[in-house]
Amino acid sequence: MAKPMNMRDKYNRMTRDLGWEPSYQPKSKIYPQIEFEGIKIENWEQWEDPFRLTMDAYWKYQAEKERKLYAVIDSFAQNNGQLNVTDARYVNALKLFLTGISPAEYSAHRGFSMVGRAFPGVGAQVACQMQAVDELRHVQTQVHTISHYNKYFNGFQDFRHMHDRVWYLSVPKSFFEDAQTAGPFEFITAISFSFEYVLTNLLFMPFMSGAAFNGDMATVTFGFSAQSDEARHMTLGLEVIKFMLQQHPDNVPIVQRWIDKWFWRGYRLLSLVAMMMDYMLPKRVMSWKEAWEMYFEQNGGALFEDLARYGIRMPKYWEVSVQEKDHLSHQTWATFYNYGHAAAFHTWMPDAEEMAWLAAKYPDSFDRWYRPRYEHWIAQEKAGHRFYNPSLPMLCQTCQIPMLYTDMDDPTQVVYRSTEYQGEKYHFCSDGCKDIFEHEPEKYVQAWLPVHQIYQGHCGGATVPEVLNWYHLRDGQDNRDYLYSEDRQNWLRWKEASSQLETT
Amino acid sequence: MSVKALYDYPIVPKDTVEQFHGNQLVFIGWDQHLMFCSPIALPLPPALPFAALVEQVLTDAYGQHPDFTRIDWSRVEWQLDGQPFTPNPVAGLRDNGIGHKSVIRFRTPGLNGIAGSGS
Repeated sequence: MAKPMNMRDKYNRMTRDLGWEPSYQPKSKIYPQIEFEGIKIENWEQWEDPFRLTMDAYWKYQAEKERKLYAVIDSFAQNNGQLNVTDARYVNALKLFLTGISPAEYSAHRGFSMVGRAFPGVGAQVACQMQAVDELRHVQTQVHTISHYNKYFNGFQDFRHMHDRVWYLSVPKSFFEDAQTAGPFEFITAISFSFEYVLTNLLFMPFMSGAAFNGDMATVTFGFSAQSDEARHMTLGLEVIKFMLQQHPDNVPIVQRWIDKWFWRGYRLLSLVAMMMDYMLPKRVMSWKEAWEMYFEQNGGALFEDLARYGIRMPKYWEVSVQEKDHLSHQTWATFYNYGHAAAFHTWMPDAEEMAWLAAKYPDSFDRWYRPRYEHWIAQEKAGHRFYNPSLPMLCQTCQIPMLYTDMDDPTQVVYRSTEYQGEKYHFCSDGCKDIFEHEPEKYVQAWLPVHQIYQGHCGGATVPEVLNWYHLRDGQDNRDYLYSEDRQNWLRWKEASSQLETT
Repeated sequence: MSVKALYDYPIVPKDTVEQFHGNQLVFIGWDQHLMFCSPIALPLPPALPFAALVEQVLTDAYGQHPDFTRIDWSRVEWQLDGQPFTPNPVAGLRDNGIGHKSVIRFRTPGLNGIAGSGS
């Protein structure tokens, strides 16, 4: 019998030794996408795999995690775990997650499958293959975990259809499509480095800690199940960047520009997370501002200090993100409150205690700029005129978010940026989004902007009910204010019933 | 700059004026009234008189704001595509120089939102 291989031999046999030198075809024909972006790789053998994980070990780890997760999901369902969350408003954060984030995990799965095929190096191929499988597992487990809520709450029933159609979901959708339609090196810089390494803590931490704080043990368990994968993805992100930067000095300016672009795109996408943290969690974990300070300003700052020796600086416009931290969540939530009739989750005004929390966390902005607006809306609602914006918003051509961001020197003033390309006007929410467009205008002129598509007659009709119908969004059930929702009525009924059960 | 691609990249602008069934897109923003979270986008006939834009379109869009009925339209400061602008109320949008995807902004001196907050 052959002697068992040690770990290192096994790793080499099961990864590096899978590569071979082709003899029938030149490598350039087998890997046609590898040169056009301008990235120069001298030696793929220098790719370091810090985990040295082989496929057989990978399957074992993942299977063990799946067993634990599904045991928890089953017990959550059997014990009516949904009744233990802090408040039914919390469930709206899950609606946003399932419609906005889970399909993006699937996009990441497809993207890593494609770049794994595109890279000639075996180390990179194996790393991408594992991440592709991870992402597929994430979307599956998210759908399974959250499907329990679909039995009791509105808004979950058609998340995949909504992802392709609903106006604000074009923001994460177009983000991933931008990455998937780039070359393999840009894709992996965008997703593995800028998103996974620099920004993922700001996506996962708020949702998973939010779940823990709000009694959603099923989602917490999903989070734990994904966490070890995320650690591997982050490590891959850093490895990818260092590998490209070490291979050739010509790569540095290309990689820097991608970091600039994808930091800004990722940061704009995180507007949704900012409002979730500050407004949608009945029990809050930390403010968006605190999270940005900890995860970007401190951790991100240290990362870019470390990368300085490769010639990489902080992403362009990072200062703007720091200036905006006092405003981002309020402006985003106010936008969803404006368009609560066209959102697949409920919106509401914070109560007095929550406003006190916001004022304490945002002493430089909340009472001055946002409280008066909210108090007016609350008074309007009490008088029977819950405010909804009757017009459709102007969107940024790049990030596709309504032009809601204001000038940090004057927070009452919307930022307007524009350019012309081939005689046509294009508008942007920021210098960051304008720069991205101007670098590749051919790409962004074809953006599927939901508001313009409605006016062109491609979204089911010209009226809001027709468009909602085309979204598969049930007017009066999935949308509008939480105050009048079925979710709230049911929740109050269930809580009353369960408290009566406890007292008898 | 232009896109790097493996093939001739087709240029397909999705929002040219022909796509809008005879209308043109117009973007409108009321400065310092962020109760309306962002500027708005409207498909409008190019021949629509500017006065009708003010009387009908803006009333529908912004009439819910307590400042709206207090606007003295003779004192409103207009901007078209970033430049100060004096509209001719009887002329149509196109004859006022308002093109497809132009941005019209207006500022209402003395009225700066709910409790002066810019909302």
